[in-house]
Amino acid sequence: MVMSAISHKPSFSETFLSSLYQVENGERFRNCLQCGSCSGVCPFGYLMDYPPGRMIAGLRADEFDLVLETDTVWMCVSCYACAQICPSKIPVTTGLMTRTKEELLLAGNVPSELQSALENSQRYGNPMGESPRKRADWTSGIQPQITILGRDRQPVDVLWFVGDYPSYHPRVQSVTKALAKILNALGINFGILGPEENSDGDTQRLAGEHGLFEMLAEKNGRVFSKYQFNMIITSDPHAYNAIKNEYPAMGISYPVQHYTQFLAERIEQLKPFLKNEINATVTYHDPCYLGRVNNVFQEPRLLLESLPGIKLIEMPHNRTTSLCCGGGGGGMWLDGFQWEKAHVRLSEWRVREALTMGANILAVACPYEPPRFEDAIKTIKEASSLSVKDIAELISDAL
Amino acid sequence: MKIVVPAKLIPDLVDELAIDATGTALDSTWLRLIINEFDDHAIEQAIILKERSGCQVTIVSPNVEGVDDMLFATAAKGADKLIKVNGNFEAGVNNHALARGLVPLIQELQPDLILTGVQAHNDMDGSLGALLAEYLHMPYVGYISSVSATSNQVTALKEYPGGLMAEIEIALPAVLGIQAAEQPPRYVAISKVRQMMKTVAIDEYEIPVFDIHGGATVSRMFQPESAEKATMFSGDIDETSNKLIDVFKEIGVL
Repeated sequence: MVMSAISHKPSFSETFLSSLYQVENGERFRNCLQCGSCSGVCPFGYLMDYPPGRMIAGLRADEFDLVLETDTVWMCVSCYACAQICPSKIPVTTGLMTRTKEELLLAGNVPSELQSALENSQRYGNPMGESPRKRADWTSGIQPQITILGRDRQPVDVLWFVGDYPSYHPRVQSVTKALAKILNALGINFGILGPEENSDGDTQRLAGEHGLFEMLAEKNGRVFSKYQFNMIITSDPHAYNAIKNEYPAMGISYPVQHYTQFLAERIEQLKPFLKNEINATVTYHDPCYLGRVNNVFQEPRLLLESLPGIKLIEMPHNRTTSLCCGGGGGGMWLDGFQWEKAHVRLSEWRVREALTMGANILAVACPYEPPRFEDAIKTIKEASSLSVKDIAELISDAL
Repeated sequence: MKIVVPAKLIPDLVDELAIDATGTALDSTWLRLIINEFDDHAIEQAIILKERSGCQVTIVSPNVEGVDDMLFATAAKGADKLIKVNGNFEAGVNNHALARGLVPLIQELQPDLILTGVQAHNDMDGSLGALLAEYLHMPYVGYISSVSATSNQVTALKEYPGGLMAEIEIALPAVLGIQAAEQPPRYVAISKVRQMMKTVAIDEYEIPVFDIHGGATVSRMFQPESAEKATMFSGDIDETSNKLIDVFKEIGVL
């Protein structure tokens, strides 16, 4: 007797799983061993109703709708630790976690803090809700004057994609000014987009707002195509990740480097300028989207080792096992939500580690980090001896 | 039940406002417009009523820059019908003029309920809801923060100063000025808004003669002027701290 296949309407779990197969390397979701490494390494896995491993089990048990009834996936900071540790190399962060956030977002289940960051990104091109007209205000008073491509109408070698926090956040602006000083010292012919620059959109994408990411990327792509430059550098590892790994699929393709890569390539040119000794024990925090995601580990260390007077030490969590500052995947805009759930901050964990190792300076290379770590220092009594400096600031101090 | 929500786009305060050469109006060169927050709540309340009891929701808004995006976003939230209102808005839009202009359109739409923001920061001649009610000969209740509806009446919560609330039954048709929806305005994913742009049409309505009489006459517009300035201490930390301590002692808090 021949049995005919019984057709049925695919369940939500089945539809969702087949959407995961569309993600790059998504077929690997079939290979999950249920080893639980992803859930164990996740910095907030211990308090998620469904940490990543259980989410996959839920999919397989055709019970994924139960996962969507909870909101703890908003604890995911897209730090990539789960994807990094997975023995089957399943794209847990970019596939499962991001797609789940997308489903919650489409259903309108968005924590209000995140909602305003997304609305601001849509309306003003930055998550803080600042005026786009003020995006280049940080350049005021800098000599020689920084080229703004839309205003000065001249081709440049290097387009510096400054980013949201480096443009607007008062603390991070000092990092931005430091990098401008270094680029000027090196005689780099560079320019910025100023008011025409939009958020890179990467963190919005990882927070589940793919449509918003596309909108922002399209806007940036249109502006890039208006001007002449040979390459892009970024202050922000998230912008670097977006332009390097996500924009090309949308037909926006340019050579791009994080500023630490750009400066490391010019280290011999830079060294004669590094005169002032910085007598400090420095430890370096690998940003998730520079290190774990894009394997840029050596260049930031090379720059730090070149600074006179610095003793560079490593924290136990370094390179691929680096801890997240808590700002990724929307975490930057979910501080209240995450505090309510966890009553700990990931940034405090990192600051304690730097202190334990005897560091005076916690060196960073991502614009989310100075404000996050400095806030953590304020909450830890014994941490007042530790200062947070972006690598650009340390180089600028040595000039 | 049919609900109409008149919504306005008003100056966005993200940029500093500038006054134009006449000295009586805002300079519109760089002016960004944003949906009036109270109107956003009125839209949310209308969508909540639709979800609860299957109303038909129509959003009506003057045709100014950004109106299409705003209307498409309301469609993504669940609005059924979008209408942008054309007219000669060159000389500004006051609420008397807008209310009069909207009356024939609203009469044509025959709504049971009109929800609109209780106020906007650029209302200089009273709120739109109260004026609409007057011209439409309907009852009006403002400062509403919750609405539940039956076929011929609504029950609304009205806020009073000092935290007092009143539950009021209102016969329909009526106009309500919304202070806050029962929940904050929802987020709609951009992909949904983009889908609406491709699939939903915006109707247009022409106000034949936009009669601006009845509005406030602005004789001068100016930036807030400071009457008394703060005292700034200069010097190092010890010096400024001591000066601050002296001030605290002087005013008796130390």
